[in-house]
This record gives sequence, structure tokens and C-alpha cells, in this order.
Amino acid sequence: MSDEAVENSEETNGAPDSEESADEVAEAVKTPPGEDLKEVVESAFPGAVLEQSAYEDDEDEATFVLDVDSIVAVSTHLRDHGDSLFKLLTDLTAAHYPEAENPLEVLYHLYSFEHNRRLRLKVRIKEGQSMPTVSGVWSSADWMEREVYDLFGIEFEDHPDLRRILLPDNWGSHPMRKDYPLEGRGERIYTKPKRKEIGD
Amino acid sequence: MVGVANVSRIDQQSTLHGTEELVINMGPQHPSTHGVLRVILKLDGETVNDLDCDIGYLHRGTEKIGENINYTMFIPYTDRLDYIAAPSNNLAWVTAVEKFFDWEIPMRAQYIRSMVGELSRIASHLLWLATHALDIGAMTVFLWCFREREMVLDLFETAFGGRLTVNAFRLGGLHEDVPEKFLQLTQEFVDIFPSRVDDYETLLTNNRIWLQRTRDVGIISAEDAMDLGLTGPIIRGSGVKWDLRRAKPYAAYPYLDFVVPIGENGDIYDRYLVRIEELRQSTYIIQQCLEQLPGGPASCKTPRTIKPPEGEIYHSIENPKGEFGFYIVSDGTTTPYRVRIRPPSFINLGGLKKLCVGQLVADVVAIIGSIDIVLGECDR
Repeated sequence: MSDEAVENSEETNGAPDSEESADEVAEAVKTPPGEDLKEVVESAFPGAVLEQSAYEDDEDEATFVLDVDSIVAVSTHLRDHGDSLFKLLTDLTAAHYPEAENPLEVLYHLYSFEHNRRLRLKVRIKEGQSMPTVSGVWSSADWMEREVYDLFGIEFEDHPDLRRILLPDNWGSHPMRKDYPLEGRGERIYTKPKRKEIGD
Repeated sequence: MVGVANVSRIDQQSTLHGTEELVINMGPQHPSTHGVLRVILKLDGETVNDLDCDIGYLHRGTEKIGENINYTMFIPYTDRLDYIAAPSNNLAWVTAVEKFFDWEIPMRAQYIRSMVGELSRIASHLLWLATHALDIGAMTVFLWCFREREMVLDLFETAFGGRLTVNAFRLGGLHEDVPEKFLQLTQEFVDIFPSRVDDYETLLTNNRIWLQRTRDVGIISAEDAMDLGLTGPIIRGSGVKWDLRRAKPYAAYPYLDFVVPIGENGDIYDRYLVRIEELRQSTYIIQQCLEQLPGGPASCKTPRTIKPPEGEIYHSIENPKGEFGFYIVSDGTTTPYRVRIRPPSFINLGGLKKLCVGQLVADVVAIIGSIDIVLGECDR
């Protein structure tokens, strides 16, 4: 009887409460990656971060999905704010998801020298929709946006010099899209000129 | 700069002689453009007013190919990006894919990866020094550097069979353990190489012509270098102490000791000094790898088909040219959904205009050499 009473008292008094508090502590410690950076963004632009994710809770894979209209302002803020200082635009690229509602995704990989960390920004846009340029925020975006325009056909508004960079100027299509064939000549169909026969 | 008082005289001259901007074409077959780079220069006298780079002659759609073959098959394609330092590219790809998994890569493999990575850095910097010096007019350096580069390529041949495109690493480690002879020859190379670096320095470091051609030419400040996205020896030459081997360590670099050299002025001479010191540091790293090299297997057990879970990762390493990274999107199948190569040469070349405008036309050759581009990776 006494044993049961002890067990009961343990259950009712100490154990469950402490378990709960332990859980709370664990939750408080384990914030999702990039939570502090989200606060940096949200302090100036409430509601700008539409989605937040990270591959396997890796701090370097922190990813924010942003809206098209807020990308330039948020980039400038992240570059200049003391808690982020993302002075290096490591990479700017795109990805094509033909089945998605917004099929084109523009990706910005940022790096901060002071805090030694990375951040990925994403903007999802519709087919034919144009993007604002970030070449005013980081000059390195100039060539990378030209490449995205060249290979994906995404146009960047107010870009200083939006021309094709890798392919010839008259190529006509954008090979990194998923609907572009891997093999064969694609739309570059070369028709053999017909031989002139005698009597033609 | 032209003073106010001179303006009317210059106007008069221009009407008399009809002076105008001269547009000249440099490349794509020009030997000093280090591959098929075409630069269109707009000159006022001998001063560069504006320039435009025409690239893409070597575009092979490597990213597109990567999205249609499996993870192991893509390793040889990475050789063909920065073909001057092929094992470095292999290392970037395998470490990027391994980020998807929680495999324990054996320490022996990690040390050999670091060692071969540093050998490829030496091979790349030697080719840079040889051609850069040849562009500026020093012929002997070219011959001496190629003598040692040949030794490094022989080492690659001993270990992996290939000399230029070696396909050195596999997912999970190495294909096979390196032969004992490779370690012996590497030790011989490490013993001989520091004195050879001293030899190059006797030819160049205090050479008056070299100093005149490189000092205070092509200056870039640290702020501008960050803004332009420049990485590798260029940003270190501008005084930013940043090396991915230290900042985001990979392979065996957490256990290795080395110094990250930096410059002060950010001119061509500082970039030269940084790369020369990197040659010495790389030798020191290889020496440590040889001393600490643990035994054991050269590869961990990996599944027959590599199928990463769904997700996206970005991983980059310190290539001889700068930050070389891969952004991979996996959809859970055996082929990646999206492969993006973060090319250091492409992005560093984007800074050429900022470096060259206002300089003399003869310095353009020196500046292109100091950026150290390789067009295979620039055009992909």
C-alpha cells in the first residue's frame, strides 16, 4: 500500500510537471534555423517571410520564401542590419517546377563574413512575370541575373544591361527550363537545303 | 585629370584631328586571355574607358547534363569545369552530395582528399604563375613552374591513373586506397618544392619590372570586392581574412594547421604574394597529412544506388580560384532535380570591368592574369 502511495504521489506531484517543463525547455532551446534572422526581417517588414524551412535543421540551409515586391527592400535590410550583414551575394540562380502554381523560383544565396553564416532567399513567380533586379544591392547580381535571364527567360526590371551572356544573342529559347529537350537540336531545326536537280 | 583651363584646347584638337573612342577587340584567340575569352575594349588613347566581356564559347550545359544523370555519373563532368584543378571540383561535388546523408567518411579518405585537394591547388597556382608571368614578359618562370606542375600531374597519375581529368573521389570516400608509391613520391615532392618556390620569388618578388607592372595596378578595396562577389585569393589580397577551409571546414581541414595569408593594398602584387604564400601553406598542409595519415579503409559502405532524401542543400569549398559550390535539389530519385554550379571564375570575371576602367590597356592583360580565370568553369 505504501509503495502504491509513493508511486501515486510521484505521479501526481513531481513527475508529470517536470516532464512538461523539460519539454518546454527543449522547445525553447530548439528554435528552427534562421529564427533570429526572421526577427531581423520581421522587425522592419512584418509578414515579409511567407515560409521558413531548412534541410534537416541545418543552420546553413535556412531558407525564407519572400514576395516579389519585398525582395529588394528585404535584401537591402539584410545587407545593412548589424545582426545579419549579408554583404556577399554568393549565388543567384533559379529553378523551374512546371507543375507548380508559380513555376519559376529565383534563389539568392547570401553569406555574412561577420557572423559566418548563410541564408537562402526564394521568390516564386508566375510564367512571364518579371522580377525586380537586386544589382543595386549587390553589384555581383549583374552577371548572375543575366545568366538567369539567358537560361530561364526570367526578365529583371531596371537591370542595367539585360542581355544574354552564355548563349548566342539569337538563340531564341531558354535551355535550363524543364521542357527544353536534353538531346536533339530542340528548336534549332536545321533543314537541309534541297539539292538542285537538273531541269529545276 | 584634365583641368578646366585645358578643356577648350582639347575641344579644338578633337575638331582638328577628329579624335574619337577607339574600340578594339581582344580575343577570343588572344593567348593572354587564358582560353576563349573575348574582351571588347573602348579606349581613349591608352586608357580604358569601358569594356565588355563576351563569354560562353565553352558553354556545354553541364548543369542540364547533371539534372539527367545520377549522382555518381556526374563526378567526371565536374573534372571538365575547372580542368586546371580537377580533384578540387570532385571534392566539392562529393562533399555536397554527402551532405544529404549521415555517412561516416573514414579519416584516411578525408586526409587523402585534403592532400589531393592541396596538390591540385599547387597545380592550379603554378599554372597561374607561369602564364601570368609570361603575359608580363618573364619567360623563365613559365618553364620553371611547368617543371614542378609536371611533378604534381605525375602524382595524380600514380594515384588515380589520369593526369588532367582524374575523377579522383567517389561518394563515401575514394575508389581505392592510394598506392604506397604515391605517398613516397608526394614526400619527395614536399621536400623539394619549398626551395623551388624560393626560386620563383628570386625571379619576381623584387624584380623591378615586375614591381612596376603589378604594384598599384588593378586595385580593389575590400568593400568593393565583397560587393562584386569576388572570392578566393582576390578578396584575400584586399585584406579580408576569409577562407572556406577555415570558415566552413570540410574533409580533414579541422585537424590541419595553416595560415590564411592576406594582402594590404588589393593590387596585382598583393594577389601575387597571397598565391605564393598559399603555395607554401599547401605544401605545409600536405606534409601534415603525410605525417598524420591514419590507416583503415578508404571508403565507407554506401548503397548501390545513391538516393538522397527530398530536400535542397548548398555546399561550397575553397577552390584555388575562389568559392566553388553546388546547390542541389533532390526529389528523392536517383537523379538530382536541379544542379547549380556556383562558378568562382564567372563571378570573379564579372569584376573585370570595375578593375580595368581607368587603367592602361597594357594593364588589362596583367589584370586578367591576376584574376586567374579558367573558361571551362566560367562558361560551364
